[in-house]
Amino acid sequence: MNKTINQKAWYFVIPVFVLVAFNAAVPLMTVVNYSFQETFGNNVFTWEGTRWFKQILQSDRFHAALGRQAMFTSIILLIQIPLGIGIALTMPKKGWGVPVCLILMSMPLLIPWNVVGAMWNIFALPDIGFLGHTLNAIGFDYNFTQQPGDAWFTTILMDVWHWTSLVVLLSYAGLNSIQPAYYQAAEIDGASRWAIFRYIELPKMKKVLTLAILLRFMDSFMIYTEPFVLTGGGPGNTTAFLSIDLVKMALGQFDLGPAAAMSLIYFFIVLLLCWVFYSLMMRNEEKS
Amino acid sequence: MAKITLKDLSHSYLAKQYNNADWALRGVNIDWKDGGAYALLGPSGCGKTTLLNIISGLLKPTSGDILFNDKDVTKLNPVERDIAQIFQFPVIYDTMTVYDNLAFPLKNRGLSEIDIVTKVKEIAEMLELTSTLNNRASGLTADGKQKISLGRGLVRSDVNVIMFDEPLTVIDPHLKWVLRSKLKELHQKINRTMIYVTHDQTEALTFADQVVVMHEGQIVQTGTPVELFEKPKHTFVGHFIGSPGMNILPCRIKNGEINFEGKTLSSNISIKKTSFNKTQIGIRPEFINFSKDGIPVKINRVSNTGRHKIVDTNCSSGNIKILLKASSEIPSGSAHITFNQKYTYVYGDDWIIE
Repeated sequence: MNKTINQKAWYFVIPVFVLVAFNAAVPLMTVVNYSFQETFGNNVFTWEGTRWFKQILQSDRFHAALGRQAMFTSIILLIQIPLGIGIALTMPKKGWGVPVCLILMSMPLLIPWNVVGAMWNIFALPDIGFLGHTLNAIGFDYNFTQQPGDAWFTTILMDVWHWTSLVVLLSYAGLNSIQPAYYQAAEIDGASRWAIFRYIELPKMKKVLTLAILLRFMDSFMIYTEPFVLTGGGPGNTTAFLSIDLVKMALGQFDLGPAAAMSLIYFFIVLLLCWVFYSLMMRNEEKS
Repeated sequence: MAKITLKDLSHSYLAKQYNNADWALRGVNIDWKDGGAYALLGPSGCGKTTLLNIISGLLKPTSGDILFNDKDVTKLNPVERDIAQIFQFPVIYDTMTVYDNLAFPLKNRGLSEIDIVTKVKEIAEMLELTSTLNNRASGLTADGKQKISLGRGLVRSDVNVIMFDEPLTVIDPHLKWVLRSKLKELHQKINRTMIYVTHDQTEALTFADQVVVMHEGQIVQTGTPVELFEKPKHTFVGHFIGSPGMNILPCRIKNGEINFEGKTLSSNISIKKTSFNKTQIGIRPEFINFSKDGIPVKINRVSNTGRHKIVDTNCSSGNIKILLKASSEIPSGSAHITFNQKYTYVYGDDWIIE
């Protein structure tokens, strides 16, 4: 049977094409445009070549922001992934506890980013906030607005509170899809609890965990609103992660060229790391 | 190696039971002889898997005892009972190689490395897995994976019983035959008690020396395939085994005589109890013949299966199927049939009257 060839079908793609152009391609190209030129307004541009890229890549400020970002993302991944799996493992599999746990777990995910930031800001205030006040009352010298260590601690705690649920829900879904026969077989084979986790649960959760790690990596690497509301990047620049630094450069200092170059570099780093993560985690999948 | 005794075993998945339907198993009593090849046969939902999981210790029975060699094991877990069980779907450890999969139950039991290597090689040889030993188990085909599951059950030399829970469901038909013969062969070689759960009568009859037929949570008959065929002790066995199944028709019992279609059937059984809710006669299609006189029937349809002709007839009590050789002459319209008296049974409330 011959396939009917009808190129008119392409017309159906036009709406999507227009939509994607407006929400992705056009803004991205504007950024590309800015990144190679200098402007002082009035739509007057002068060609700068790769100057902004070189400047950003060599700047200590960018290196420091990137370092803070890498540190932050690593810490929250190291906490949230094991913690999420752990919580998912202890959640009930049937009975009335299931909906209760699921609803409790979904709650933080439903709260808007800026509200989370504001909540934690008030919660952690050293004089009136419940957390801040309690910590000081029991003898810790805690003040997230002035001490970098405390600011980091609070930001990480906030992110763990907000996003661990995502890992929990994904892991829980993965765990629930395991056939009971696997546990029964393991019981008969005399497997220890650790062996069951290591050889049954973890491999069966691999796909959802890959997803969880990718999502958490991307989100945390691009985090903006919550730390902006909580610490505003301070004290000093100690919690100014990449996107906070980028906004400072673009809107605070109005250095549009360097900021555009930085956005592109930022974008490529995220893309590259996602690709690396994904290929690493899916490496064995393709072999078999 | 052990003799397995089940005593008054009942199980329910519900907290409270109000009627028979709430029980998955009702009063199961059976002895499984050491070294026997048993098949547990019954339709889906009859309690086969429940019974199997209770023997293996994955489930605790609501009441009753399980004895291995007359020792009570009801409270022991699967590891302490030392049993092997193979499931309907292949269970493999994805991240391990075939070798590690087979070695896993041995490693967990703390065997020495040398013992493990010898054992695994031996089983791999038996199941023709030697060439794939170093491959990742997840890359194998469904039957290869199921062979690994079998292998993990067979690799331990000390098991009391090996249980198979419909293990060939996911296997291609032509490989089913191969694997089933392999199992039969293995049984002869290692001579261990094996219990094979299935809803497929061909599978049960070809694998087992003794077939245990289950129906609605009860064991209705245990016997050799021939016994089940020739003398079903329950109408369900008559229905379920044989193709087509037994003809079961209502009859009346009066003064110890069996009355069917207005005729008294001669029989050598003496019926003492008379207070049955229903009485039926059962006769297999194989044991009915056309004759000059006898029970008048109307012939509705003749289907030819190649080797046999199946004749659908009906009399006033209901439908009767007759199985004849393909070469037989079939009268048309109405005819008379007679039952082979030796294989005609009377059932009171579904149980045979002897």
